[in-house]
Amino acid sequence: MELRPGLKLSSAVCSTEVIVVAGSGDVDLTCGGVPMLAPGAEAGEANAAEGLTEGTMLGKRYCDEDGTVEVLCTKPGDGSVGVGQTAFGLKEAKPLPASD
Amino acid sequence: MNILTLLDMAVSGFGERTAFGSIGSGLTYAELLDRASRAGSSFTGAGSERVSFLDVSSPALPVALFGAAYAGQPFVPLNYRLADNDLVALAERTTPASIVTGADQAPRLAAVPGLTLFDRDQFLANTASGDGLEPMSWSMDPEDIAVLLYTSGTTGAPKAAVLRHKNLVGYILGSVEFMGAGEDEATLVSVPPYHIAGLAAILSSVYAGRRIVQLPNFDADTWIDLVATEGVTHAMVVPTMLARIVERMAARSIELPSLRALSYGGGRMPLPVIDHALNLFPETRFVNAYGLTETSSTISLLGPDDHRQAHTSHDPAIKRRLTSVGQPLPTLEVSIRDDEGAEVATGTPGEVWVRGEQVAGEYLQQGSKLTPDGWFPTNDGGELDADGYLYVTGRLDDVIVRGGENISPGEIEDVLLEHPGVRDVAVIGVPNDQWGETIGAVIVGSANEDELKAFVAERLRSSRSPDTVIYRDELPYNDTGKLLRRVLRAELDES
Repeated sequence: MELRPGLKLSSAVCSTEVIVVAGSGDVDLTCGGVPMLAPGAEAGEANAAEGLTEGTMLGKRYCDEDGTVEVLCTKPGDGSVGVGQTAFGLKEAKPLPASD
Repeated sequence: MNILTLLDMAVSGFGERTAFGSIGSGLTYAELLDRASRAGSSFTGAGSERVSFLDVSSPALPVALFGAAYAGQPFVPLNYRLADNDLVALAERTTPASIVTGADQAPRLAAVPGLTLFDRDQFLANTASGDGLEPMSWSMDPEDIAVLLYTSGTTGAPKAAVLRHKNLVGYILGSVEFMGAGEDEATLVSVPPYHIAGLAAILSSVYAGRRIVQLPNFDADTWIDLVATEGVTHAMVVPTMLARIVERMAARSIELPSLRALSYGGGRMPLPVIDHALNLFPETRFVNAYGLTETSSTISLLGPDDHRQAHTSHDPAIKRRLTSVGQPLPTLEVSIRDDEGAEVATGTPGEVWVRGEQVAGEYLQQGSKLTPDGWFPTNDGGELDADGYLYVTGRLDDVIVRGGENISPGEIEDVLLEHPGVRDVAVIGVPNDQWGETIGAVIVGSANEDELKAFVAERLRSSRSPDTVIYRDELPYNDTGKLLRRVLRAELDES
């Protein structure tokens, strides 16, 4: 699917919803190994692939190894988000002190 | 990507927490989102293209801000302290607009066509119940304009700084941990709605889950009382506010043990004031934040550990860090450039340039001021030291050129403030036929002129010593703590 920052996608296998923070062009963004759905798209019967059920956490960001594709989890679920059959890693950020 | 996403996530994560006001009587995140959808519906129904706000802080502020996002209209707060003719000029530039305003301010806008007025109290009553826009009907286009903020306009008419959803959301995602605040945390916001820090505080706190207590018109005693009665754990102030708080705390000899974190920014902090504050709040974590409207708030900060280390250090290099704005956020780049736009060596003064997702660097009508490779020249002078600490010397327009030598007023002001006989100071260029400009120091205090000249010459060099010393009872500041140098210059020109 064509990714662009701001695009909202939902999982075909669980309750996960994400917003694309970084990434563009044709990317096979998946949850549980199954392509994610654009808003309004009908979800068929699908189950998460084995090993792609680490789950997503609200407010966490997930990205590929070089950080070119990054999503923000806006609704948590049981599947792992990633590209194709490769799950993203959790993006760890050093918390900053509140400044405003 | 839309600032409403931040609130929507807050509702998913902790919707029943109090977002604004006192626990029990305040507005929860879920209620705020509902009200925003109803406000959005009203703004859409009014046929406006923008949502303006002319009022002090109240719960109507976040409802209008997020309501504007719901309606897909830019939020445009106006400065209620402007003179009538200046206010009307800005309001006319903002039309066709919905505008939320208090009954005391509404008559000032009577002559402006194209405004749909929403009385604040009525607006709050009307958004408490009824039908709103469909959930999630807002636009997710990150390029949409979220906020237009008029700059103070030191030269010519104020410019409307454009902040897009991608800039503001980028800033929050890069600097705030979702649900990072404990349920007992509360932040006291005393900067006005038309200041970038006032808007950034709303977005940061909503995403972190930190309750906001609003102080509409800053007063040091009220601020102190609110911290105590509301169990405030966090606060952001401008330097002039902190100076007043420190004075009143000492006079009332009270402590505020709930206050865990105090951030400040928006102008130069005099070293004696921050030193005194660090003594008065021994357990509080201090943060100095530097940013601009055009950068969606903070781009560099000096953290709590750096404050304590510098405060207690006898090493002049470490001690000096209290006058720095710390290190740039990890999500952006800062570079110091010369007049030609080339990067200068470490420790060399130049212009602060910044690049990153939160950096908008754009004005309505004038367009983007970013370089082709995405850098925003801030027009602030500064330098980076070997450890990556950024020292900001002030606006480049304020640099004094004395006999061909560039002199930053901030450097001289910092030294003069260390003199026990100086309570406040502004250094400005005084037109001079021989030198082009000479150095004028406007002093609040009783220190002797010759002594002050020698004091600066000893600590800097003789060419930095003020040529003229003028005494005043107080210096002119705007309500967000910015020293009004142009007012001083005009006064000096007249005399």
